[in-house]
Amino acid sequence: MSDDPYDILGVKRDVSADDLKRHYRQLAKELHPDLNPDKPDVAERFKKVSAAYALLSDPETRGRYDRGEIDASGQERPEQRFYRDFQEEPGATRFYTREGFAGDDELHEFFSDLFGGGAGPKGRTFRMRARGADIAYTLPVDFVEAAKGTKKRVTVDGRTLDITVPPGVRDRQMLRLKGQGGPGFDGGPPGDAFVEIHIQPHPLFERKDENVHIELPVSLPEATLGGRIEVPTVDGPVTMAVPRGSNTGTTLRLRGKGIVDPKSGERGDQYVRLKVMLPKEVDPELARFLEGWAKEHAYDPRSGMGGGRP
Amino acid sequence: MKTVDEVVRLVGRVRRDELELWVRRSWVIPAASEPEPTFSDLDVARICLISDLLHDVGVEDETIPLVLSLLDQLYATRRRMSALTEAVQRQPEEVRRAIFACVTPRGGPR
Repeated sequence: MSDDPYDILGVKRDVSADDLKRHYRQLAKELHPDLNPDKPDVAERFKKVSAAYALLSDPETRGRYDRGEIDASGQERPEQRFYRDFQEEPGATRFYTREGFAGDDELHEFFSDLFGGGAGPKGRTFRMRARGADIAYTLPVDFVEAAKGTKKRVTVDGRTLDITVPPGVRDRQMLRLKGQGGPGFDGGPPGDAFVEIHIQPHPLFERKDENVHIELPVSLPEATLGGRIEVPTVDGPVTMAVPRGSNTGTTLRLRGKGIVDPKSGERGDQYVRLKVMLPKEVDPELARFLEGWAKEHAYDPRSGMGGGRP
Repeated sequence: MKTVDEVVRLVGRVRRDELELWVRRSWVIPAASEPEPTFSDLDVARICLISDLLHDVGVEDETIPLVLSLLDQLYATRRRMSALTEAVQRQPEEVRRAIFACVTPRGGPR
């Protein structure tokens, strides 16, 4: 950093005396070592800044400096120890008395009070009883486990946690396991464990509130003629009737096959959206049949779309 | 130990009448008062602090006792704190861990 007092204070050379003072007081507030006891490096900066101000705040020395008659040195305060520099020394407690702090004897009393090692000033004893630390844990749970509830045993920081995941738990829900956190200190109660549930996505099921949605492929004959088909649910496969003439997008409801609402205890539904799938390869027999069929039964599924014109 | 005159000469930016006023107001208490008030190095540092607060920081006259009181409370608390820290550091690992666990924020480490 430059030795120039204007640079040190961060002011222009034509700064007015009032602005100089205002600016310096701002810096002094930021840099005074006793207002910043945790910042060891402010002391040197404060000394530089106050020396620069000592030079510039006196119109005579400022004029001489501006004319080049003197340089910036010589304004340093004599080697100064700040008030904070004495605070580690035994005598420093002398000024604390007015705050009810009677020096090192009081220090001993303060701690004997704190640790129950003897009667404190008021004759009471105080123990260091403290509640144990809370611990946090993230538990991945698969979709079906979350729907039906499950029990998990995991190890966190060397402690075994038994976690009961209630049916219908929601993604990111926080479970609080009372007393399963860190041990208490000096007879204090243990902390709690907080378990955040992360539900893993499922390849078939999707959850919306308490309902489960699934897309189910059906064959052309199943869709056309209807029939009974097997549908996966969180309870395992169930049989469902597909009505004759179903189509892609037809959505059927399986009542009560959704997820339990933990509040009401009621179960949601499962919605099955059908998706008609042609056979992997269209064989000549099917093609021939449809050619004949189409001549007699032509239909336009795109009628009503306006031919794509706006 | 320094007399009023020696302090005025040493510090250079405190006037004699100012210093006598501060003593009357108990902003600074001479380490010894007989046969005449004399000041320890601690007192001189406190005198410099009061001067800095008034002239450099711009603390108003009537606010000085408040600032001094807060600083003294701060230093008293820091002293207790460092004594406590030192005491804790001398404890066996297990005890230090237990204390650390007690001061770990609720919700715990992630």
